[in-house]
Amino acid sequence: MKDLFRGKLVRLTTEEPETQAKYQVRWQRDSEFRRLADSDPTNVISEKKIKEWTEKRGEDDKPGRYPFSIRTLSDDKLIGFIGLWADLTHGDAWVGIGIGEREYWGKGYGTDAMRLVLQYAFTEINLQRVSLALHSYNERALKSYEKVGFRLEGRTRGDQQREGKRTDTLWMGILRDEWLGPDIQR
Amino acid sequence: MFDIQTQLFEGEEIRFGPIDYEKDPAIESKWTHDAEFMRLYDIAPARPLSAAMVKKQYEKLEKQMEEDKNLYYFAIRAREDDRLIGKATIQWIEWANGNGVLRLGIGDTEDRRKGYGTKALRMLLRFAFAELNLYRVTATVPEYNTAAIAFLKKAGFTEEVCRRKALERDSRRWDFLTFGLLKDEWQDQVRA
Repeated sequence: MKDLFRGKLVRLTTEEPETQAKYQVRWQRDSEFRRLADSDPTNVISEKKIKEWTEKRGEDDKPGRYPFSIRTLSDDKLIGFIGLWADLTHGDAWVGIGIGEREYWGKGYGTDAMRLVLQYAFTEINLQRVSLALHSYNERALKSYEKVGFRLEGRTRGDQQREGKRTDTLWMGILRDEWLGPDIQR
Repeated sequence: MFDIQTQLFEGEEIRFGPIDYEKDPAIESKWTHDAEFMRLYDIAPARPLSAAMVKKQYEKLEKQMEEDKNLYYFAIRAREDDRLIGKATIQWIEWANGNGVLRLGIGDTEDRRKGYGTKALRMLLRFAFAELNLYRVTATVPEYNTAAIAFLKKAGFTEEVCRRKALERDSRRWDFLTFGLLKDEWQDQVRA
């Protein structure tokens, strides 16, 4: 049987609300990170509030929500988060990822986590498709998503604005058969 | 045979105890981070749980035990140091028909293949038949859990139902099996 939660560089976990809040409150102060990961205006939220969110998320039994935290295998450091929000009727899910610890950017940690989550999506909850969206200026993410097998499906031109410039949103997807196919490294 | 003086919850090497809200959540949280354990224990998608989430589950479980009275849950502990090694459950009891569903799990890989499961099953069956007075006990197992299938057969369970290709894991379909043991069969075993 495959080890679903353990990749080559990282493993997927669920953290205690206190731990999650402690890290997230630090990550959110890095506005570059926030602007890459999200389209909402960046803001700063208290550790208390983040802890409450995490607790609530843990109690939420709604099917189709699969949030994980990401820890490195080498030194068990909490470096980010990844999550699937699935529509179980249609077998499609949205995936979101963030590596909050900057020194782990561009080194394959996010890519490894994404591979684990795709494996989880296609072999454990047995979905047909995984979707995502990203900012056109997030080139590092684009490269990582292409590497794990996502295909570019569209671009909404100039639907975002940051620092006075209009930017695009890119839409990507991967189908179950593509992921199972010979071209994808799993 | 047993008599009324023979302890129900004290076995060889192990004992059945209540939930310890201080210590157990962190241990069970660790088990849930082992995808293999989760996939052997449950057919629902494996998910890691934080200790806080496990604690909530315990609270829900004890509420159900109190309100529905159709569920019995035991923490399996090693007698030597009282540490949590697994869980044993009789659930979905239909009192009118004397039916119950059995579930058993040894959490840590290190504690498996040491006979704890066999000892726990013996205690759980005695509890089901001699204390709850059930007439039959059911267990369900995915086809890929070959260890559990061998374990149940060895314990005298009979394979009764095979729901063909009812499960999907690792991009293939698997049968879902149901095993049953009747009170008379258990009594014959105990007498022998």
